[in-house]
Amino acid sequence: MRTLRLLAVGTLLHAKQISRSPFEVAIALVVPVVQATLAVYLFRSGGEQHRLLEAAVGAGVMGVWSSVLFGSGGAIQNQRWQGTLEMIMLAPRRPALVILPITIATGITGTYALLATLAWGRLLYGIKLDFAHPVAFLVAAVVCVIGLGMFGLLLAATFVLMRNANALANTLEYPVWLVSGMLVPITVLPAWTTPIAAILPTTWGARALREATSGGPVWPSVALCLAISLVCLALGAFFLTYVERRARAAATLALA
Amino acid sequence: MGSDYAIEADELRRTYRARTGWLKPKRTEVEAVCGVSFTVGRGELFGLLGPNGAGKTTTIKMLNTLLIPTSGTARVGGFDVQGQTREVRRRIGYVFGGDRGLYDRLSALDNLRYFAELYGVAPREQRHRIAELLDLVGLAGREKERVEGYSRGMRQRLHIARGLLHSPDVLFLDEPSIGVDPVAARELRRTVSDLASTGTTVLLTTHYMAEADELCDRIAVISDGRIQALGTPAELRKHADGFRVVEVEAYGVPETAVDALRDLPGVRETAVEVKGALQLLTVHSDAHVDVQGDVLRELAGIRLGRVNSREPTLEDAYVAIVSAA
Repeated sequence: MRTLRLLAVGTLLHAKQISRSPFEVAIALVVPVVQATLAVYLFRSGGEQHRLLEAAVGAGVMGVWSSVLFGSGGAIQNQRWQGTLEMIMLAPRRPALVILPITIATGITGTYALLATLAWGRLLYGIKLDFAHPVAFLVAAVVCVIGLGMFGLLLAATFVLMRNANALANTLEYPVWLVSGMLVPITVLPAWTTPIAAILPTTWGARALREATSGGPVWPSVALCLAISLVCLALGAFFLTYVERRARAAATLALA
Repeated sequence: MGSDYAIEADELRRTYRARTGWLKPKRTEVEAVCGVSFTVGRGELFGLLGPNGAGKTTTIKMLNTLLIPTSGTARVGGFDVQGQTREVRRRIGYVFGGDRGLYDRLSALDNLRYFAELYGVAPREQRHRIAELLDLVGLAGREKERVEGYSRGMRQRLHIARGLLHSPDVLFLDEPSIGVDPVAARELRRTVSDLASTGTTVLLTTHYMAEADELCDRIAVISDGRIQALGTPAELRKHADGFRVVEVEAYGVPETAVDALRDLPGVRETAVEVKGALQLLTVHSDAHVDVQGDVLRELAGIRLGRVNSREPTLEDAYVAIVSAA
């Protein structure tokens, strides 16, 4: 119960801290418009007018992914800059319980990107929000956000250890959304990317949302997204304990 | 606590290793702490005094589990800082000076709520404990404001409240009064003194002599990563026994004149502190030699202000210890 309470309070306060950043607010205002526009013109030029909603959803998931990736990397780096990383890691809690609320908070703030992309798609380009399975879409969205948060935990383990976490975050953004088929179907990508796609929770989260939007078996994708995410959670928790010790040995929790 | 001591450090060492460059990597090693040993009794207010880069913060971070010692052992509350990390963390509070270490875009209340959860303060006690601490540090009524609008003194007080949320047995204060105005610093000293009087063990690092003198039961002077002297403020003052200090306020003293003072018979050390246009020359000499006349002769032709000959203070003792290191 206490653990759940810590996760809930931590997530709420980190979401509050992240959402009050002027930089984050500016990004949140601009990026969904750009992504909605990108998705719409991409699909229009491909003559796939009927799949515009699917495109907007894919673009929205890209926003969630960016938020988790930069949020996890950025949040750890920001915490290091503002001197709070040492303070939270000093708490008598498992490192995973301290970091997980941060990565889930980034997923939650990223949900805004998904909603805003859909809203802009509706307002600017008249995309009808006509979901095949509206309830399944909501469930898939929640699972996708939580799943990405858990994936973020695994990434955060690296970010705690590395002083230049941003460098890694920057290189991961586009490859992952491409390979996960958030916007472009996986089938058009080279065959060697398929195994990579299969083990990424982003692939199954994006697929679940797409299937809930245009019709298809949503639940297997949701279950796979959740299962892979739980593996990420377990691995992330294990690595974080190891990495926290390494960081204390290497003195990388603080800037100096 | 099972042990007789709240803190035990035995031959603590810490070496920082860095690597720069990829093609021809250059490795550097800095030995920040080289074999520090001391004990702090339960309820004692212990000071770690030293210049910048002496190894104070590194020592405190090894004791509070943020850094793993390169060698040596330490116990806090009887628990080993390497092997029983979580036990140690439950019993300690850590407060450091400066602007960092808080969530600026959250209110003081949110900051305290979050850390209360992290430190496992029971939910039904949180409200009462937070209100009590806000009162203690004088932030009651301002707790809903965002921390980014706080002055440095207010942030520092919030740091202290945060460090005390779980009623730690041992409190580590790392230069808590750095950059704080004199009135706020005095308040801070009063709070620290009150804490020690209620049985909390406090390890305070500072380079403010008056702070250490006023607060600490015992002080360890640390320099170059080693403890150079350890004792009560009165015992440390004895390091300046046999000294006499002459202070001269002057304007426009050339470097050559300062060198000449250093060569006078009986003079042990000289120091120059610049305060705007004014230079404060401090000359340490053997107590049995009256150097005041010689000093004034060397400074002939230079505009002088107040001239004072006095007994050495703790600060003089500290300078003597650090200079001899």
